[in-house]
Amino acid sequence: MIKAKTLQDLFKRYRRPGDLYFSVAFLLFSLLLLVSLPGQNTWVGNTKLFAQPAFWPYAAVSSMVFFASLHLISALVSPALDGRWKEIWFWFKSVEYAGWFMIYVMIVPQLGYLPSTVVFAVVLTFRLGYRSAKMLLSAAVFGCVVVIIFKTFLQVKVPGGALYELLPTGLRSFMLTYF
Amino acid sequence: METVFAGAELLMRWDVLLALFIGSVGGVVIGAIPGVGAAVAIAILLPATFSLDPIVGLTMLLGIYGSSMYGGALPAILINTPGTAVNALTTYDGYPMTQAGKAQRALALAYSASFWGGVFGIICLIVLSPLLALIAPHFGSREIFLAALLGIVLVVLAHRGQVFAAGMLAAFGLLLNTVGLDVKYNQRMTFEQTWLTGGFDLIVVVLGLFALSQAFLLLADKDTAPKPQPVHGSIFGALKEIWLFKRIATVAGSFGVLMGMIPGVGEFTAQFLSYTYARKTSKDPDLFGKGSPEGLVASEAANNAVPAAAMIPLLALGIPGEALTAMMLSVFYVHNVIPGPQLFQNQLDFVYALYIAMLLLNVIVIVFLVFSTNLLTKVIQIPTRFLGMVILTLGFVGVYSLRNSVVDCAIASGFGVLGLILKRLNLPVVPIVLGMVLGGIMEVKLRSAMIRVKTPLDFVERPIAAVLAIMIVLVILAHFRTLRKEHKLRLAEAEIDHDIHDSQQR
Repeated sequence: MIKAKTLQDLFKRYRRPGDLYFSVAFLLFSLLLLVSLPGQNTWVGNTKLFAQPAFWPYAAVSSMVFFASLHLISALVSPALDGRWKEIWFWFKSVEYAGWFMIYVMIVPQLGYLPSTVVFAVVLTFRLGYRSAKMLLSAAVFGCVVVIIFKTFLQVKVPGGALYELLPTGLRSFMLTYF
Repeated sequence: METVFAGAELLMRWDVLLALFIGSVGGVVIGAIPGVGAAVAIAILLPATFSLDPIVGLTMLLGIYGSSMYGGALPAILINTPGTAVNALTTYDGYPMTQAGKAQRALALAYSASFWGGVFGIICLIVLSPLLALIAPHFGSREIFLAALLGIVLVVLAHRGQVFAAGMLAAFGLLLNTVGLDVKYNQRMTFEQTWLTGGFDLIVVVLGLFALSQAFLLLADKDTAPKPQPVHGSIFGALKEIWLFKRIATVAGSFGVLMGMIPGVGEFTAQFLSYTYARKTSKDPDLFGKGSPEGLVASEAANNAVPAAAMIPLLALGIPGEALTAMMLSVFYVHNVIPGPQLFQNQLDFVYALYIAMLLLNVIVIVFLVFSTNLLTKVIQIPTRFLGMVILTLGFVGVYSLRNSVVDCAIASGFGVLGLILKRLNLPVVPIVLGMVLGGIMEVKLRSAMIRVKTPLDFVERPIAAVLAIMIVLVILAHFRTLRKEHKLRLAEAEIDHDIHDSQQR
């Protein structure tokens, strides 16, 4: 149901818990960039301002500082929302999955695309709390299907694994080309 | 007319038709799953389409783009959860209709309104294309710079309630575009790091912000598996009811076309205007938000008219108006097809081919939906954390297959975490992407435009440049006027529902 008094409210994005911390972090990041601007850019002689290599970084960082300051002020003058720390904990929880992703990236050149994808899909599914054979099997089948679609049919550029080198010659080139 | 036939001929290839079919059906399925959306699917598929012909790759991506909103209406109506962000308004009238036992009617109206809006948009554009071919060559460097600047201003101001945040994120996008070596090999913002010398690849950033962030969001959140009720009765028979709402569907489609053509505006504004219009002209305005068929038609017809129109600034000027067209721009570049005035002049058949493909996809989608709605309700039931694993695995193909670079994957992961934070805070991701793309265009065009400019007034001496400059000023002034008006009508803090608009999480 529409709770808002005006239709405009339907299209408005209201603040969420954690907004204050994010705006502080973003402003600090912008200020850090602002301080480093002179050392990270070159002003070339006999060149118009708009053609200077440093023009756009200066314009971008100044705008970041300007808008980030206004955003922080608006967060400071707005009433505090409950659940800030819970929200920040949620952000940190997501880093675990970034780690999982990077592990997957690291093992593909070693194990090969097909074995890595199947192992990754099944192990991550297990980590997510699914224990039924149906879900684990679905994950394994999904891993195979992804490799078949992207590597076998669409021939996307994913290198073969070091493990494939241990296979007999015929099978090795087949695996390197298609899986 | 000959050009239209030449365009149709370009599509008469089995691989193009197959790509269109896969894109259309895939788009509906993807759109129907809350938490995936067209942006995630397009981001993942982008690198895979690089090896295909431009027309094949673009048809597939267009299929996903144009059909995802059809699918997104399904969970919006059945389980009060929009499949894609732009179906949010559909929940306001669609779900109350389901609660009243009219799910079949609501779905039929949503599908037929989407079809009406989609086809109306494409017909308008086919008619308009010769005119655009005439106007586009009058866009020189300064006009394109001003159009891109207008796009940035609009994308910032369009994020109502988060304008400051949208501004800082758009500026961040501009900064990302400058990192690395410039055209004369000057180092910019590289901090003596070799991995920064090459700059940030748009596709890596897009994959991180859209695909990986969505995966992280689903993986870190609680597991849910919605259980929609099956839909009873024939949808095909109920489709013709749209005829009773042809006025609203046509006006909504017109808003969709107009708003789609303006960079940075898009579906939300089109929906807002058409919903307002429908309510103002309705005999039963109190029913809006409680299951009004007119509200549902206005919302769905408007958002489906946008994709075709959004291709206009992209094809005619090379300026993407939102994230999805920004992604498509990279497909053009990869295939050395440079969108802009020259494309409309020299390859109008290619442009028509894209429009005919969009027309065909609407037909494919509506036929598919009539027969598969109940099948799609099963797809909605995939547990969300499992879906997160699926997106993460597919995200790997997108990032790693670009250059087989571990650094790219690490950058994409970083942007994935940033995207997750932004989505959780309901802050927009799109300004970063548009800032990056439009920033690149603005830098190049400003540099070449300033060669012939002696005084600031010279910049706007040509009529199109003057109109664009006036539009920028008017848009900013109009924003302040709206702010004043809204301030008087604002709700008290206690009355605000901070979860009412969670569109960034879809």
